Amino acid sequence: MRILTFLRQVLDAEESVHVSNNTVALENSKLVMDTMDEYGVEEALRLREGGTDVEIVALGVGPTRVQDALRTALAMGVDRAIHVETDVRLDAIDLSKVVAQVARQEEASLILSGGQQADWDSHALGAATAERLNWPQATWTSALELKGNTLVGKHDVDEGSEAFTVELPAVVTTQQGLNEPRYPTLPNIMKAKKKELRKESLEQFNVTPSLKFNGAEIQVKQRRNKILDGKDVPAAASELVGLLRNEARVIA
Amino acid sequence: MILIVVEHTNGKVSKSTWEIVTVARESGREGPVTALVLGSNVASVAAEAAGAADQVLVADLPALAQYDPELWAAAVAQIATEGEAGIVLIGGSRSGREYSPRVAIKLNAPLLEDVISLKGSGDALTAEHYTYLARVTETVEASGPVVVVSVKPGVFAAAAPRAEVAEQFDVDLNLPPRRLQVTGKTAERSSRISLTEAEIVVSGGRGVGSAEGFTQYVEGLADQLGAAVGATRAIVDAGWRPYSEQVGQTGKTVQPKVYIAVGISGAVQHLSGMNKSKVIVAINRDAEAPIFKIADYGIVGDVGQIVPAIIEELRK
Repeated sequence: MRILTFLRQVLDAEESVHVSNNTVALENSKLVMDTMDEYGVEEALRLREGGTDVEIVALGVGPTRVQDALRTALAMGVDRAIHVETDVRLDAIDLSKVVAQVARQEEASLILSGGQQADWDSHALGAATAERLNWPQATWTSALELKGNTLVGKHDVDEGSEAFTVELPAVVTTQQGLNEPRYPTLPNIMKAKKKELRKESLEQFNVTPSLKFNGAEIQVKQRRNKILDGKDVPAAASELVGLLRNEARVIA
Repeated sequence: MILIVVEHTNGKVSKSTWEIVTVARESGREGPVTALVLGSNVASVAAEAAGAADQVLVADLPALAQYDPELWAAAVAQIATEGEAGIVLIGGSRSGREYSPRVAIKLNAPLLEDVISLKGSGDALTAEHYTYLARVTETVEASGPVVVVSVKPGVFAAAAPRAEVAEQFDVDLNLPPRRLQVTGKTAERSSRISLTEAEIVVSGGRGVGSAEGFTQYVEGLADQLGAAVGATRAIVDAGWRPYSEQVGQTGKTVQPKVYIAVGISGAVQHLSGMNKSKVIVAINRDAEAPIFKIADYGIVGDVGQIVPAIIEELRK
């Protein structure tokens, strides 16, 4: 079988965000593979190591920098990668069109991608891709096993979690808790340089952006920042309660 | 038609639905506000929803007893198509955000996700939503005869039910088979007041020391304040608290009047679930903890000493 893992190169969550010209500026920031997608790459590798005959293909759509994420995936153990190059910003609905077409071309039977995008905070890619392919989906998966043609797993729902089974082909979205992604070793990084990274252009996928992006603004909420020293415990406790009652007026 | 999908639990319309009613009335799209109730044994929900809309469509079917993304998407898309909906409004719960992309694809419509504002003018709808783990507010625009929108809970004011009661209609649906088979459920509904609806939230992180420490300090303080209880991902993973209490990127988003972070250092993933709280209070041993940067008030000190002193002070 073939697994398609979809990945994105995004701002490292630990980095601060800068906005210029109404959009988030990434030029001088550290970028990494979206951690939510990384769980998908790791899970694909584990399914293969579990004894299933699997080829793993990583797919990235976006500017040249996406190749860094694809190289990382290759170094982690993915077999080959496809980069659909474009500088056009696409939302999850648009992207799903590319992912679904590549999944068909590659005859993939499982697609793994992150539950939420660390840059656009979107949850939509997995479900949108599943709908385009008429496949079922399991989102926010925290445990996954492959038994024959059946995925057995656990995923988060509105309140609590559910155990599920679903027949392949299917789309699974991944999250923290599913596994601990491995670090690429130096020999594997060297080996990855020889692996196939195929470049394709966006034109053949017939995608037009469905949204217009009109601006971005950093959320700055003025905070009072009154931080008390807790060395004198009763005095600090008393002052804090006083501030909450009389200044902020948020408790009785 | 303006189509609202009614969210409900235990036979009651959820607060998030009353918030969507506010959005519906302000969206600028034409036609009657139509509330769609999906479920099994939902007569009480339908009756309550009759105060929210101009008409109520009810699909009361055994097949809909349990939520499924494919069934919900099929039902909503069918009703939206038959009623020529100009906008489909869905609550931005985890499940709402899971099936709304399927609805958008079925309707060949753009999707505005997790919006915190929505304005209509002419053919276009302009919305704001958070990006970069809720650190940036972005403005996006969608056009077309129909737009699918998921609405972030807890942002819009809840509409009051209207005095006149809308007419109810039963609808027939062509539902697909259920492909994701649910074989077990871990319901983790806390007995406390709802985390997303509470005015005061007390949350604990690793700095509480242990599960016992959480009970003593976080629950102790929450009891004193009549507050809901939240937790960080780290201590949910450690098994100290149920998942239903998790606040952050992979848990719930809260924006109470006051959020008290006890022993929480403030990873961005946690902050994205609470950084819109009106007042933030932090208690942490480490003065350099990132949580203090977004706090209105804080005490640098040992949780085991500071929190009992605060409880004591509140009792006075």
